[in-house]
Amino acid sequence: MAKHTSGSRGGNGGADGAEAKEEVKMEKSEAEAAFPPTFNVSEIKNKQRRHSMFVKYKQEKSKLKIQLKKKKKKERKALGDKAPPKEVPKTIENQRVYDETTVDPEDEEIAFDEGTDEFSAYFNGLTNPKVLITTSDRPRGRTVKFCEQLATVIPDAHVYYRRGLALKRIIPQCLARNFTYLMVINEDRKMPNGLVLCHLPDGPTAHFKISNVRLRKEMKRRGKDPTEHFPEVILNNFTTRLGHSIGRQFAALFPQDPQFVGRQVATFHNQRDFVFFRFHRYIFKNEKKVGIQELGPRFTLKLRSLQKGTFDSKFGEYEWVLKVSSFEKSCNDATT
Amino acid sequence: MQHDDVIWDIIGNQQFCSFKVKTRSQGFCRNEYNITGLCNRSSCPLANSQYATIREEKGQCFLYMKVIERAAFPAKMWEKVKLSKNYEKSLEMIDESLIYWPRFLRHKCKQRFTKITQYLIRMRKLVLKRRRKLVPLSRKVERREKRKEEKALIAAQLDNAIEKELLERLKQGTYGDIYNFPVHAFDKALEQQDEDSEEEEGEEEEEEEEDDEDVGKREFVAEDEVEESDLSDFEEMNKLRTSSDEEEEQDEESSSEEEEETKASGSKGKCPANGSARKKKRSYVEIEYEMEPAPKSTATS
Repeated sequence: MAKHTSGSRGGNGGADGAEAKEEVKMEKSEAEAAFPPTFNVSEIKNKQRRHSMFVKYKQEKSKLKIQLKKKKKKERKALGDKAPPKEVPKTIENQRVYDETTVDPEDEEIAFDEGTDEFSAYFNGLTNPKVLITTSDRPRGRTVKFCEQLATVIPDAHVYYRRGLALKRIIPQCLARNFTYLMVINEDRKMPNGLVLCHLPDGPTAHFKISNVRLRKEMKRRGKDPTEHFPEVILNNFTTRLGHSIGRQFAALFPQDPQFVGRQVATFHNQRDFVFFRFHRYIFKNEKKVGIQELGPRFTLKLRSLQKGTFDSKFGEYEWVLKVSSFEKSCNDATT
Repeated sequence: MQHDDVIWDIIGNQQFCSFKVKTRSQGFCRNEYNITGLCNRSSCPLANSQYATIREEKGQCFLYMKVIERAAFPAKMWEKVKLSKNYEKSLEMIDESLIYWPRFLRHKCKQRFTKITQYLIRMRKLVLKRRRKLVPLSRKVERREKRKEEKALIAAQLDNAIEKELLERLKQGTYGDIYNFPVHAFDKALEQQDEDSEEEEGEEEEEEEEDDEDVGKREFVAEDEVEESDLSDFEEMNKLRTSSDEEEEQDEESSSEEEEETKASGSKGKCPANGSARKKKRSYVEIEYEMEPAPKSTATS
């Protein structure tokens, strides 16, 4: 009846019972190859014994690995200068297949496109950004706070309550009041989880998934509240065509002339298709060191779709849609 | 024979009725022809041989009637009358069809019809309003994305990236004159410039602002010989030097020195160190002077 039977037979080389375990242990500690070649840990029927055998097996493996490493290190030391150079570990960034849509900084076609697309007016300094931030229906406290904090980060941003209005009706009103951007934060289960960024005079609409939102009071070691100065913008790693257009969208949120007096910087860092947003205050200690202190909210975005015109879920023309397939194994980053 | 009372006795009170749903306070009837939905003696379609209901199919309302004469023909038991889409007209139709029928059935039919039209109207209104679309999330995909995001965050090394970018911008000079300390970068730029000038013209390096220890020092310098002297202000050099050629050179040097002074004015603390470095460097440099015709410099002397 006892579960931990000492009498049950195991599948390992002829041993059984508690004594058998110790024997096997000794065997193992003597020679790793003491097992008969057809032995497999999974053949033992008893779960406890199987588990302990597996643990032992793993320990042996790791021991071997450590020994190998030590040996290598010794050899390396012994060789001194003549040692072969250290191998670079493979990372996703190293192994990425070259994406042909990568933007070359001197590409004429892209420069021409940029000169004539919807953001050209903004980048030439003709218009100033004016952002309208709103939410989905009946936002909860967290989302409301998030909207407020976003409004402090983005200069000239206004937060309005949604009150059940249809987006298609909001857009003409925004146009009438000279807004350049419409940001809608979608909420689910009391947390913000989606962002629709719509450039207004019929510009592209980007739909993002928000995750890991941290409000200001949840930040560790944060500084004081951000001031009204225009922040600088850092856009990292937006290399492909798609990434480039998204990067321009982000850049167009902020006014063109940052006030360096404020020493604030908003960063959009793209890594493996995730865009991390951070808001810092920086101070140059000397010309080689800079200290940064995180201020405002932080969140990550992942692009789900990019539409050519303003927000229209039924008849819109989609430029790019994220394909969610659980069989997607290879690392195809669309925006990096 | 149709004995309603007997039927009700059996299914209503004592034995089993498959359409009955009993709750704590009340019983409901799941029969689709039931007019009120409750399990009552007067609402039970099985226990009443003369019965009427209103039912709705795809937005169209029908009046169903059952009479005892057709009780033997189950396939033709229910008479179906299509009601008009106009509310008042339909009420009249109901009244017409159910004339001489018990008051209870007439009343309940009209009530049910009213309710049905009301909910049909609401349905049509809702379709026009905004609908919230519920998109199902695949748990597996969400889990994987979360893990990917964590790894991407680690790979991004955000703080380092931001700091690097800021320092680069500082080097490139996007901040202009706000920050006073980039002497290091400035020195580097200087050195580079000096190298260029050496390569091109072979002139001496630009003189740097020096300490005040050499102020007022008088030196008598020959025309052709050139000595790299540790003189600070070019104005004083101008006073000291008499030869026109040297003055000429000084003019050339002075203009460059002026620039130097203005640039390095903020970095007083760094000067001595740089001065000493310069001195060391200067000892290696060969000085060549350009010989030019005199007339220009007469104004200064």
